[in-house]
Amino acid sequence: MSLLSVENLGIDFGGVRAVDAVSFDADPGKVVSVIGPNGAGKTTLFNMVSGVYRPGRGKVILDGKDVTGLAPHRLAERGLSRTFQNLQVYLHMTALENVMAGRHLGERCSVLADLLNLPSSRRRTRQTEEIAHRLLAMVGLEKVAPIMASSLSYGALKRLEIARALAANPRLLLLDEPAAGCNAVETEEIDKLIAEISSGGVAILLVEHDMKLVMKISSHIVVLDHGVKIAEGPPATVSKDAKVIEAYLGPHADDAHALG
Amino acid sequence: MSEFLQFAFSGMTVGAVYALVALGFTLIYNASDVVNFAQGEFVMIGGMVTAFLYASGTPLWLAALLAIAIAAVVGVLLNKLAVEPARGASVVSLIVITIGASIFLRGLAAIVFDKQIHRFPAFTGEDPIGIMGATIVPQSLWVVGGGLAIFAALYVFLTKSVIGKAVLATANNRLAAKLVGINTNHMMTLSFGISAAVGGLAGVLATPITLTSYDMGISLALKGFAAAMLGGMGSPLGALVGGFLIGLIEQMTAGYLSSEYKDAAAFIVILVVLFTMPRGLFGPRVAERV
Amino acid sequence: MQLSAKSWTLIALALCIALAPLAFPSSFYYRIGAVILVNGLAVTGLVILFGYAGQISLGHAGFAGIGGYSAALIPVHFDVHPVLGLLAGAVLSGVLAFLIGRPVLRLKGYYLAVATLGFGILVFIVLNNEADLTGGPDGMSVESLGLRSLSNALGLGLNTSEVWYWFMGLIVLLGAYLALNLHTSPSGRALRSLHDSEVAAGTLGVDVARYKLTAFVISAVYASLAGSLQALLNGFVTPDIAGFLQSIEWMTMTVLGGAATVLGAIFGAGLLTALPQALTVFAEYEHMALGLIMMLVMIFLPTGLLPSLARQFRRGG
Repeated sequence: MSLLSVENLGIDFGGVRAVDAVSFDADPGKVVSVIGPNGAGKTTLFNMVSGVYRPGRGKVILDGKDVTGLAPHRLAERGLSRTFQNLQVYLHMTALENVMAGRHLGERCSVLADLLNLPSSRRRTRQTEEIAHRLLAMVGLEKVAPIMASSLSYGALKRLEIARALAANPRLLLLDEPAAGCNAVETEEIDKLIAEISSGGVAILLVEHDMKLVMKISSHIVVLDHGVKIAEGPPATVSKDAKVIEAYLGPHADDAHALG
Repeated sequence: MSEFLQFAFSGMTVGAVYALVALGFTLIYNASDVVNFAQGEFVMIGGMVTAFLYASGTPLWLAALLAIAIAAVVGVLLNKLAVEPARGASVVSLIVITIGASIFLRGLAAIVFDKQIHRFPAFTGEDPIGIMGATIVPQSLWVVGGGLAIFAALYVFLTKSVIGKAVLATANNRLAAKLVGINTNHMMTLSFGISAAVGGLAGVLATPITLTSYDMGISLALKGFAAAMLGGMGSPLGALVGGFLIGLIEQMTAGYLSSEYKDAAAFIVILVVLFTMPRGLFGPRVAERV
Repeated sequence: MQLSAKSWTLIALALCIALAPLAFPSSFYYRIGAVILVNGLAVTGLVILFGYAGQISLGHAGFAGIGGYSAALIPVHFDVHPVLGLLAGAVLSGVLAFLIGRPVLRLKGYYLAVATLGFGILVFIVLNNEADLTGGPDGMSVESLGLRSLSNALGLGLNTSEVWYWFMGLIVLLGAYLALNLHTSPSGRALRSLHDSEVAAGTLGVDVARYKLTAFVISAVYASLAGSLQALLNGFVTPDIAGFLQSIEWMTMTVLGGAATVLGAIFGAGLLTALPQALTVFAEYEHMALGLIMMLVMIFLPTGLLPSLARQFRRGG
């Protein structure tokens, strides 16, 4: 049994089938990538899996339990964490506080204890701070820990969001275009980071446009076009699939190797 | 039945004033995302200027036109001097700015005019007309008719004229409007001008019935705001329906239940509607994009 | 040992409260000082609601009304000390905030503004109309808290205004201490994450509805206590305590001094409370001046006075 099973998932927006009948699995220690042209429904799929949108059809099974339509914070409690394509960093907080805020599930305690600054509250904050420093170091941001997130570079924010998502200690991590807008060096770093997270036993679901990155680190690829799954399989198979090449390059791209 | 009709008439009359204030809110909100809490002051300016000019011997029609023009100028100045410089400010900053403007205009009116209550004669006589056992003063017909006429005129303007379409485009997507060559700043100024003129007109129409004073604006702004939210912010039809609904609820409550709690009834209805329809009766149903 | 931002804020606040009387020309100013501190308590609550959690309220004066009339009515009807009235009001406000908070806080932006506005106005209308109980628009008198006799018993020999000033100073320090504790705590981080991105907070396990409600209840209790203390300070209470203008003033104070920060909001409370007193020399121009200041600060110093001044200072020095 897989950690995550998506079964026939679908949703409509104003009568338009944004995503329809998509199924796939994800397992610990493996990277599953979702690719497809712009508007194929990748982010919408992520939003359904993470509970931001309530799916119109189909099921999301996490660890054998049907979690379809649960609120995001309930899914987070079950070990799901994510990043966002358009960045949802907490801009009024420092880099360190962002990652600390990501530890919410591990550190939450009674509001009364927090108001009164009781030892239990202080101890949790101290522990959270240690963990956050470690995670910042892992993504290469330990030097900017006290800097406000609003004054960090785009590439740094991308990594900060990954560190924050990791702070929740996820079993399943959804990364929505982590390398978008990053230069070659930054992309290389993200590549290493994803491999490191994956080798720690986390199941990763990745949406990414950088095909080099996708082909290199994915163990399984799901291809979407116009909201439906047109192909899936290991990178080598998918990159030679006629339907995939057609979706990316149009119907007459016979000898294209764009996905290589 | 005649009793019900009587309450309905007075409800429609105050409702038309609320609807005009709410329409003013909607116009400005659509063009600039600003909720203008000084909207009630435009109504006050319309009424006060007309009353003072008329008292000094100006013919009523000319006094009314001048009052509407002055309200429009104040609206344009408000946008140019207070709202445009604060572009991109948070919702709360904008609330503070427009409430500041409201307090400022109220203080100004107390000095320029006075702190007394004023009125001027109804346009077409004061003799009540009897309809099925209930009576209605002719000015009420002016108010309700004016409200509907303004709504119709705005509808035609926004959907048929080029400038109106530009205002709607600005409301819809400011960046896209800019890209197709619309001067969105002009559209905002225009919206403030029209909105203030509509408010001024509401003051001109309603003053023979409701009377006017320097401090009448804030309670009208609150009711108009509530009406706009009840209908669904940004929807002109919502503003019209919301305004009439609040007027009717208020007067029915006053008539059948308790005149002290007429204001409470309106706000209870708003709370109940928002709890069940968080975007009002005619508001857009959109999912948040992430 | 290096002092945290929290300690600095508390020290600065304590120094301001302790040293301000040196500039008071007469004991009348202790009274204004006490009123400033009452408002300071209310806006500290709003900092938690708006500054931390990002939720607007244009109706918190409604809770002040509940607090004020609890302090007035409960001692009369149940023959208890006014302190119990104040505490009962705080509990009542907290429970009411809990009950209405969930549906109200589902709303966002202007819809949230109008719903809270409606709540405040409803409280105001009830206080105005139930004249048999509340005395209607004329208000009612409030039993003394007995601070003066307490001061005499302790041999401090302070007059009523002075003892209220120092008492309120302690209360505000306590209120600020709790709010500052919250800021750097696990719950505080959850609240502040709502401010920047509800969606992200949700995906990180923050129960968005629950934390919004928590902030709403806490701020309601602050407002209620401020209302009670205002009534006890004046020895009198009218429905205006729950009025729309009171809510607006508090919200303005919160953003005027510097949104999101305890010190900024209390500074804003000082400014907006003292200003009308100073502006009375302008007599009939008072309202114009007040409106003008509200506009100018928000247009030219959009992050509030204190942070903007601090930035100028840092740049200059």
